[in-house]
Amino acid sequence: MTATPTNSDPKSLAAELLHPLPLGRTWFTYGMTAIAFGLTGLALIPLLAILIEILRQGLPHLTPEVFVSLPAPAGVTDVPNGFANAILGTLIMVTIATLLSIPFGVMTGIFLSELGRGAAASGPVQTVASFVRFIATILSGVPSIIAGVFAWGVIVQTMKGFSALAGGFALAIIMLPIVTLTTEEALKLVPDSQRLASAALGANRRQTTFRIAVTSALSGITTGILLAVARAAGETAPLLFTALGSLTWPDGLLKPAPSLSVLIFNYSQSPFVEQTELAWTASAVLVGLVLLTSILSRFFTRRRLKIR
Amino acid sequence: MQSSEHDSSIGARAPDPQKAGLILDITTTDRWDLVLEQGFSWLLRGFALSIVVVLVWMSWVIFQQARPAIQQFGLKFLWSQDWDVPGLTFGALPYIYGTLVTSAIALILAIPVGIAVALVSSENFLPLWLRSPLGFLVELIAAIPSVIVGLWGIFVLIPFLQPLQQGLYRYLNWLPLFGTEPYGPGMLPAGVILGIMVLPTIAAISRDVLLAVPGELRSASMSLGATRWETIFKLLLPAGASGILGAVMLGLGRALGETMAVTMVIGNSPQISASLLDLGYTIPAVLANEFAEALDNLHIGALMYLALILFAITLLVNIIAVLLVRLMGQQGGISTRVEPTINTGADQPQRLLP
Repeated sequence: MTATPTNSDPKSLAAELLHPLPLGRTWFTYGMTAIAFGLTGLALIPLLAILIEILRQGLPHLTPEVFVSLPAPAGVTDVPNGFANAILGTLIMVTIATLLSIPFGVMTGIFLSELGRGAAASGPVQTVASFVRFIATILSGVPSIIAGVFAWGVIVQTMKGFSALAGGFALAIIMLPIVTLTTEEALKLVPDSQRLASAALGANRRQTTFRIAVTSALSGITTGILLAVARAAGETAPLLFTALGSLTWPDGLLKPAPSLSVLIFNYSQSPFVEQTELAWTASAVLVGLVLLTSILSRFFTRRRLKIR
Repeated sequence: MQSSEHDSSIGARAPDPQKAGLILDITTTDRWDLVLEQGFSWLLRGFALSIVVVLVWMSWVIFQQARPAIQQFGLKFLWSQDWDVPGLTFGALPYIYGTLVTSAIALILAIPVGIAVALVSSENFLPLWLRSPLGFLVELIAAIPSVIVGLWGIFVLIPFLQPLQQGLYRYLNWLPLFGTEPYGPGMLPAGVILGIMVLPTIAAISRDVLLAVPGELRSASMSLGATRWETIFKLLLPAGASGILGAVMLGLGRALGETMAVTMVIGNSPQISASLLDLGYTIPAVLANEFAEALDNLHIGALMYLALILFAITLLVNIIAVLLVRLMGQQGGISTRVEPTINTGADQPQRLLP
């Protein structure tokens, strides 16, 4: 404290430091804190309201029956009513989408992380990689309905009919950038020292990539795939004019297929109470599936993924 | 045939001093290995280019399908208001208008709330064990399928907003914004639903941006005697401005393209009304409603033209958003975002706080 100016009395300096803030500044602090907390509380209301409503409306009708029966015809109340076909249809289309998007997404993610980064890659590859990464980010922001329109033009129009395949293709387009970017994120978690050690033991890039990097990052890659699956399972817009929906069991990959989300949409505007009830029940099932998948995957890896 | 013995185990060869040179040579000389290695490298490149191909292919397919309508209506499509399916005259203005108005309402509602959430979950108002779940809960909204948000909108939000809408109409109907009798569904409920749905995007990315502002800046500000909120307004928010703007643009991109929830609560009526209480229509909503039943080539073309407009706008918005967030990264700080973040609290910068 030798630098303390001699002309200032330490006592008055302390007094100045301890002097309370002017009233205006104090109230500004309190006021803004209150506003910030108020708005944060406001942000949580919709989530709670949606979850409570799904539990309140969806659970009472959640009987084993809904998992095994077909949707009852409108207005008929004395036959079993359910959405077993829609669950099956959703599973089929999400499976198609997963099978299509995993090879492309994971391989692209590997390219971005293993070839397109660090000293391993010379200039041009890195440029390509950052371009591909940019395109993947842009693609993840393309509205899902545009993916549906695309799938319609590619499959429904050329094959002259709505099909489960077209629905699966549309969902694959939505999953592709998510799988790509999360795979890259997961691979980046693997320390470079492990790759160097592998190379020093004589492994080539193929061996290093698959035996070291991908093996260590497997749980992260799985998380990314699960998040993408959860996202695809809840999508409605791209299915409306690709898979269309149906009231019967899915009938092959080239025929229209029902799905939970389209069923919810169709029944949400129904004048029949039992149909809106079924929409809520289906919502409970769908939200249960989706939230469980995304909470579990996030919980297990305890990692925040940057893609939404 | 030297190559076939070369890939046998190293241990077996080690004692042979003459061949020690081969062991040290860690670059492979096996022809098959070389081919595989090269092939693997090119395979990865091929897969990586597929994502670029998808985007180009998508643009091409949509443009190709829209051609009949582009030839028929040209740019006049953008400001024409008729949408007459049997008469085969189509105009996009009511849909563009509805899309922009609902997205604007969404942003007006979601920006302050999103930034407040970002501040509360990045500042040390709350202990860390409460802060992380808070951000997580808000992000959970993004995981709920939009059709379910729409269902909630029909049965809960619209009845809840209806008295408010009637109040706005009763007391403020001299304002054109609230100049028509509310029906229940309409542009205001659609905007509110969109606001709820883009909130997680804005909150989460703004939070990352705020956390990336270097701690020294904040310490300097506080040591000069600024209070917490003075630091936030004069330092944190300006320093993070480009990143927060990027977050808002990403939110805008989501709002413009959101389909199901909006379709379910906007009322689906192609009209241009100054009143927010009136019914409306958006581009994604008309695609969702009419596409499956469109038969005529020109009708399909017009819908594809709408899809093309939406595609172009969202691409543009997303590109700007990504560049803004990246700009923030180059200014320093947010490089942590490019690195994977592990949510253990280690990403919370050291801060000196009173």
